[in-house]
Amino acid sequence: MLRAFFKKDIIEEHKKGCENPACGQHCLRIKDMSVRAGEDTIIENVNMHIHCGKITVIIGRNGAGKTTLIKAILGEIKHSGKIEFTDLKNEKAQDLKIGYVPQHFNIEKNTPVSVYDMFAGYISRTPVFFRKSRKVYDFIKGRLRIFDAQDLIDKRVCDLSGGEMQRVLLAIAVTPIPNLLLLDEPVSGIDKNGMELFYKNIQMLKEKFDLAMIVVSHDFEFVRKYADYVILLDKTILKEGSFEEVSKSEDFQTIFGRDYNEYTL
Amino acid sequence: MNILYDIMEKILPFSWIEYNFMKNALLAVIIITPLFGILGTMIVNNRMAFFSDALGHSALTGIALGALLGIADTDISMIIYAVIFAVLLNHIKRKKTLSTDTLISVFSSFSMAMGLVILSKGGNFAKYSSLLVGDILSITAREIGLLCLIFILTILYWFFGFNKLNSVALNISLAKSKNIKSNIVETSFCILMAVIVMLSIKWIGILIINALLTLPAAAGRNISSNMREYHLFSILISIFSGITGLVLSFYLGTATGPTVVIIAASIFFITLILGTLKNR
Repeated sequence: MLRAFFKKDIIEEHKKGCENPACGQHCLRIKDMSVRAGEDTIIENVNMHIHCGKITVIIGRNGAGKTTLIKAILGEIKHSGKIEFTDLKNEKAQDLKIGYVPQHFNIEKNTPVSVYDMFAGYISRTPVFFRKSRKVYDFIKGRLRIFDAQDLIDKRVCDLSGGEMQRVLLAIAVTPIPNLLLLDEPVSGIDKNGMELFYKNIQMLKEKFDLAMIVVSHDFEFVRKYADYVILLDKTILKEGSFEEVSKSEDFQTIFGRDYNEYTL
Repeated sequence: MNILYDIMEKILPFSWIEYNFMKNALLAVIIITPLFGILGTMIVNNRMAFFSDALGHSALTGIALGALLGIADTDISMIIYAVIFAVLLNHIKRKKTLSTDTLISVFSSFSMAMGLVILSKGGNFAKYSSLLVGDILSITAREIGLLCLIFILTILYWFFGFNKLNSVALNISLAKSKNIKSNIVETSFCILMAVIVMLSIKWIGILIINALLTLPAAAGRNISSNMREYHLFSILISIFSGITGLVLSFYLGTATGPTVVIIAASIFFITLILGTLKNR
């Protein structure tokens, strides 16, 4: 029984999941999403329409509820409203696969977890404490290669630099390829070079896999260059549209000031 | 059991093995130490050392409640209480209203105090004081069988659930985005921990059970770079300190548990130095 269980490893499914990228024929709507904590309303009546192959960037001051919105979409915190995900070809509701890159990935120094251990934990049934499966190892290496991170596979996760960590997390987030990729302030703690590489990777993902992406960002340089759609959030959506449109709005200028480039973090 | 005894007498040419209580103790050590080595890896990685300590302390309350309610076998009330305690503590921890260490500290002192108050009523506490240090030399064959059972359960749990457990320990949001049911994973691990701690507390003792759970893993962690090395070192260090501690305590006439702890702690310091040298 044991043998059969491990032989029919879920990795085969994951391999299939990586062959057929999202097709661009889907429709993703977030309807009336609100999150309350006790008496406080953290986000209220958020409606979004997310398109495949488009990068939607959420901006807003600190405490505007950006991370909360991401976590609500993830289903990690209780919320009202719903997420609809339909196949445009036959109008049928489908299960939404979400890839997620967290804002912080705190790992204690000296933790004996290698990149392989971490990655395999999400996609394989072969217990990582017991043995390293060649098949899984090769597969993971292939996935890491998309982000030029294949050499990191045997490194300890706690020894990775911010940029290396980011690339590994991206590889994990797109295995199997999700319908929606959520990135929460992906460049905090990464140097200039790492940032540029990261943005290139995002662009590559968008073109190659036709993913829908929601990115929380403070970096207006990035927003101007890469965002297809910008949402200004402060509890609820204040303004949305192209960066051009949003940055000219009054709400935007009250929050970030006229000379918003100074705000760039 | 007798066959086992015969085999042990044949392959171990030492005088101490002639005593049946030493044979039982050795068997118990051979089961408990790898079990603790395995469990310890995730207790240390999950930063749950405080949690397992609190669990150990809850044993007294479980026994006290059992005695109060007139349950014949206080072991049962002890296990039930510990499981409830663990699940409740884990639940409150998840709510994140207080910092975890403060919370656990409050819970564990309250629980321990309750146990002590009930047990000491009428001056009966001396009967239970052996629980503090534990006595592995008094273990019986039936109890070894029980340990064996939980050992097999743990191995099964590890084979089927370890990847998920590790994912949840690394980052809970990321694990959830991969459809891992973090609540079930965490709760089941807490229950497993509670049962193991309760089944071994009589032999190891409340005061040092946590040292045995965390020291081998902490030592293994110093010199490991992946999960396979981590488990291997943790289990080996645990077994080694357990057996040498048992034999040494026999010759020195000391309490077994603390002797094992001293050896495990010494190994921890050695690996700490080795690890620092390696990383330099």
